[in-house]
Amino acid sequence: MSHIPISVTVDGTTYDSEVEPRTLLVHWLREDIGRVGTVVGCDTSSCGACTVLLDGQSVKSCSVLAVQADGQSITTIQGLAEGEDNWHPVQTAFKECHGLQCGYCTPGMVLATVDLLGENPTPTEAEIREGLEGNLCRCTGYHNIVKSVQYASDLMSGGAR
Amino acid sequence: MTDTLPDSLTTQSPMGRPLRRKEDARLLHGQTNWTDNIQLPGMLHMAILRSPMAHAHITHLDVTPALSEPHVVAAFSAKELGDLNGAVPCVWPVTDEMQAPAFPALAIDKVRHVGDCVAVVLATDRNAAFDALEAIEIDYEALPAVIDLEAALEPGATLVHDAADSPGTNECYTYHLPGTGIPYDEAKAKADVVVKRRFINQRLIPAFMEPRAVVASPMGVSNEMTVWSATQIPHILRVLLALVTGLPENSLRIIAPDVGGGFGGKLQIYREEILAVQIARHLGRPVKWTETRSENMVATHHGRGQVQDIEIAATKDGKLLGMKVNLLADMGAYLQIITPGTPLLGMFMYPGIYKMDAYDFNCVGVFTNKTPTDAYRGAGRPESTFAIERIMDELAAELNMDPMELRKKNWINHEDFPYATIAGLVYDTGNYEAATAKAIDMFDYAGLRAEQERRRASGDPVQLGIGISTFTEMCGLAPSRTLGALKYVAGGWEHCTIRMLPTGKVELITGTSPHGQGHETAWSQIAADILGIDVDDIEVVHSDTGRAPYGMDTYGSRSLAVGGQAIKKAAERLIEKARVIAAHQLECSIDDLEYAGGAFRVKGDAEKAQPLAAVAFEAFSAHNLPDGVEPTLQAESTVDPQDFSYPHGTHLAAVEVDTETGKTTLRTYVCVDDVGVQVNPMIVEGQVHGGLAQGIAQAMYEGVEYDEDGNLLTASLADYLVPSAADLPSFTTSTTETPSTTNPLGTKGVGEAGAIASTPAIINAIVDALRPMGVNDVEMPASPQRVWRTIQEAKAATA
Amino acid sequence: MIPVSFDYVRATSVADAVAALVAGGEDAKVLAGGQSLMPVLRLRMAAPTVVIDCSRVTEMQGITDAGDSVVIGAGTTHHEVMNNPLINEHTPLLAMATATVADPAIRHRGTLGGALAHADPAGDLPAVALALDAVMTVVGPQGSRDIPAAELFTDYFTTSMAEDEILVSIRVPKLGPGWGYHYEKFQRTAQGWAIVGVAAAVQRNNGTINQARVGLTNMGPGPVRASSVEQALTNAAATAESVAAAAQSATDGTRATSDLHAAADYREHLARVMTERAVAKAAGI
Ligand SMILES: Cc1cc2nc3c(=O)[nH]c(=O)nc-3n(C[C@H](O)[C@H](O)[C@H](O)COP(=O)(O)OP(=O)(O)OC[C@H]3O[C@@H](n4cnc5c(N)ncnc54)[C@H](O)[C@@H]3O)c2cc1C
Ligand code: FES
Ligand code: FES
Repeated sequence: MSHIPISVTVDGTTYDSEVEPRTLLVHWLREDIGRVGTVVGCDTSSCGACTVLLDGQSVKSCSVLAVQADGQSITTIQGLAEGEDNWHPVQTAFKECHGLQCGYCTPGMVLATVDLLGENPTPTEAEIREGLEGNLCRCTGYHNIVKSVQYASDLMSGGAR
Repeated sequence: MTDTLPDSLTTQSPMGRPLRRKEDARLLHGQTNWTDNIQLPGMLHMAILRSPMAHAHITHLDVTPALSEPHVVAAFSAKELGDLNGAVPCVWPVTDEMQAPAFPALAIDKVRHVGDCVAVVLATDRNAAFDALEAIEIDYEALPAVIDLEAALEPGATLVHDAADSPGTNECYTYHLPGTGIPYDEAKAKADVVVKRRFINQRLIPAFMEPRAVVASPMGVSNEMTVWSATQIPHILRVLLALVTGLPENSLRIIAPDVGGGFGGKLQIYREEILAVQIARHLGRPVKWTETRSENMVATHHGRGQVQDIEIAATKDGKLLGMKVNLLADMGAYLQIITPGTPLLGMFMYPGIYKMDAYDFNCVGVFTNKTPTDAYRGAGRPESTFAIERIMDELAAELNMDPMELRKKNWINHEDFPYATIAGLVYDTGNYEAATAKAIDMFDYAGLRAEQERRRASGDPVQLGIGISTFTEMCGLAPSRTLGALKYVAGGWEHCTIRMLPTGKVELITGTSPHGQGHETAWSQIAADILGIDVDDIEVVHSDTGRAPYGMDTYGSRSLAVGGQAIKKAAERLIEKARVIAAHQLECSIDDLEYAGGAFRVKGDAEKAQPLAAVAFEAFSAHNLPDGVEPTLQAESTVDPQDFSYPHGTHLAAVEVDTETGKTTLRTYVCVDDVGVQVNPMIVEGQVHGGLAQGIAQAMYEGVEYDEDGNLLTASLADYLVPSAADLPSFTTSTTETPSTTNPLGTKGVGEAGAIASTPAIINAIVDALRPMGVNDVEMPASPQRVWRTIQEAKAATA
Repeated sequence: MIPVSFDYVRATSVADAVAALVAGGEDAKVLAGGQSLMPVLRLRMAAPTVVIDCSRVTEMQGITDAGDSVVIGAGTTHHEVMNNPLINEHTPLLAMATATVADPAIRHRGTLGGALAHADPAGDLPAVALALDAVMTVVGPQGSRDIPAAELFTDYFTTSMAEDEILVSIRVPKLGPGWGYHYEKFQRTAQGWAIVGVAAAVQRNNGTINQARVGLTNMGPGPVRASSVEQALTNAAATAESVAAAAQSATDGTRATSDLHAAADYREHLARVMTERAVAKAAGI
């Protein structure tokens, strides 16, 4: 099965690569280009640990082939902050509100939140919970994740909530 | 949240404050060291062929065809592995007579559960290793699967282990603990009421989010081996890997890098770890294995799995007389690290917070053709708490008493502490009255009862139920002597070394091994408080036997309760050493020095002071040390806890049950936990939340299901229902603070509290909602279908 | 886990895709959003030799107003369907049901065409297509043909499309004024699949229900049209009692099965309860 050339922009850098068609996007990110911030948690697209933004929309990168991302642009947890000291408000909020414990669900949770707040800048608690239904966390019981999203919403909309 | 942001650290002790976590920066930027991130030159990927059968003879097995597949370097079955096929150890032989069958890493001749390892392929490419598994030739001859615990014990049952030297039964052991009081039958004879129930505490899958992974890297001729593993127990793993593989312990280095949750599921030495090490050693190349979630469901140990026959005897005015517990505990197919001991971790806790005159505990461990069981968040104590808190509600119903009144009538009053329980423990402190009063207040108990009455009266299809759980647990595993008496082979101490480097920065080396608990932050708070320095000047070193050689790791809510003591002592010792040097520098006697705010000061002479960092530099340069004082500023402590600690709390749940569909919605959850002194209340609260979610999930969503052939039906996260944010509410949590007296920090432990307390609160609430319909129990998980069926059965019975 | 090796074809037109499908024979697989196919491939429950990616075929995109119907490209994602003004105006039941599918990330990739072609008995959209009398336009080597929803779903995960045919678009007739809609989904967890789902459209005229359409999810090998319920509701009083009475016949013609999450009798019970609720909500009762 022949390899296929792809060119994908990840966190602002364009990577030209040749992939086996069956390579999952998440494996390509982790193993081919060393962007190990995005992780794998399941085989059934159930857990959301692998969530990234593909052309600005949240997707589970275990359910996309690397070849399918050819010509597209990806944002991972590693590309969210603009520099060490310039955290994305969602990152800040997760830290402030203790929205993570082991941190394994965190990359996916943070990117799902970025997507959620992009679509709905001031979600209700119910909207937050439903918006994150595809991202499992085993540590936090979600209580502080919901708080983090609310706080991020405050930060991003200048306290408009 | 901004209102709780820390003030300037220099003005206030960091203890007891909700400091934001040091861990978070790297975790929030994807700069994390998961084991699966590791790539080494020459590294081989291991893929595992697992049994699709629960119980079968292997009639034919040939791995050689895999060797001609692309990128394949080696393939092994038990035959090729020979002596390298290590035996997976069990370190808790609970009785002398216990049946402890061999557990080879790769199955020999017979498989005993779906997921049992039969062969491995090593390839230079991960995908190729997977592909090559399909080339392995294997035939099975199916045997009947042993699934049901009672059927397993019947004469003539198929044997899970039938080696020539096996005792010819599926019974692993029988353990009897008589209480310290009068015989149970004597108490029962005096009773007006005896309530009996059979509760099924179902099997659960830990389902930590980071699947397991291991990388074993041999260092060539020197025999050294570095092992990275997603484990909770790097130190214990090192000892056990040395014993299992015969590699010298001093040439094994175990590193647990960032670990993504464990909940007991990574408190283990696994087949895959042994195989990776043995094969890496054999081939002289690094070997990596990362678990898929599909493997995780069948190969990572499960938790719980008990049939509980519970009997409680009381007088008609609700005074408890005695309790009798008969357990069948599902061991699964093999014994792992503490498989047989796990149910026994609960045996002291069945009487809960109550006084009674008699107690009798009996447990039979049973082999089945299922994944081995072992510790899962709470390990034994959620099971015991479930049993006592459920049966208290049933007794209250039988006596027509309010379940809270029944509890109050029987619990240990705060002035009774320390209290020697009927199970033989001494509870040091507690204040059940205070926690309960606070919880009832926050919950609006009276208001909800009134609403319940209204709904009952109007025949509302949605009924309201209130569930109570007033629990305690034993934490801080464990006094080594106690462990020895229980036949556990290791101790329960913990270690800490603190060194101040010449530049004033501090390394705090701990033997605990965090995987989400925030030790880097909390341990810094404890040490910073004593050393009088900034939290950020402390680096917590952990989870690497090369850098932190001593420790007993993290499980059983022990890290703070035990490890915290070592931190405190080491920090105090460091100050004592520094005091000698400072006195020499300041030319005064050590008694003239007081230490505060990170500096020694001569009493009555504010001008004469020496910062600790200056002492550290002096200890480093060693130009002018007092006679007999060794260079470097470092101190250590290894603490064996004097006793357990006993967190407790009152948890209240209100559920709405749609009686037309059986669907339960958790409306309100209030809990007040007493975990003693809190180092970081933000972390405490987070631990409670996470525990609650897992305990609620046991009650409502999760449960391992096997079919009669031993196939796991809940084999993915699509079928094993770990709840998402949309399936849970926000929680209302609070605390009371009754310091523990078994450790100098007054802490108790909080890692398991939520998971232990919440399960019975939810089931009690569901049963409470449905009791007028004749329902007196609902099996877990209380799925809509189960609740609906229970209602139908109750209706049919009362009709 | 990782899929078996396969070749990859990125189709740029329907003709292109059909040609590749013909060339690939029975071991070729169409890839749309991949949200059902990728898990199947990762678990190695399917082992295609070639995967034909249709996600960039522009002919399969887009939502257009065709007068008496709305025509939706098969490659339209769930996210687009939910948020599309034409769909929300003319056939809101589809938007409502689509909003209950999986989670936001899956809805960003998964497609309407993929959901229908996959024909999962627990999928939410087949019952909607059936209730609304949607018509599928499929293209194969012999050209294009239309398949009404009532003839599409033939068995578990099986449709009447030939192996070398591709679903290109879905035509959903507009029901016109006076209709109310509701999709009622019963699931164990929010992200879970339907144990039972009920798609209801009800046309009400003051105190009377003129007509109703009811489709059931997961009550048989494919979606089921609850015709008895529809008949009982025709010209029925718009009251809770008459809806409840009509819902009793929700299980007529169903073939519910038992699985891990529900036994057949419980499903049947749920079908009645959910039908009552869905119809009542659609009718504004
Ligand atoms: C965790 C999870 C939860 C989910 N929950 C739900 C749910 O609650 N309800 C629900 O309805 N769905 C659910 N889904 C499925 C989701 O809706 C899928 O998007 C959908 O079923 C398939 O659409 P797709 O575009 O992703 O198709 P693909 O996965 O790309 O394809 C599915 C099948 O259809 C075939 N196919 C696709 N498009 C065409 C075409 N145009 N012509 C011919 N054949 C084609 C493919 O060959 C394949 O066999 C869930 C999925 C996941 C992973
Ligand atoms: S790894 Fe992608 S959803 Fe679980
Ligand atoms: S923080 Fe551990 S899984 Fe979410």
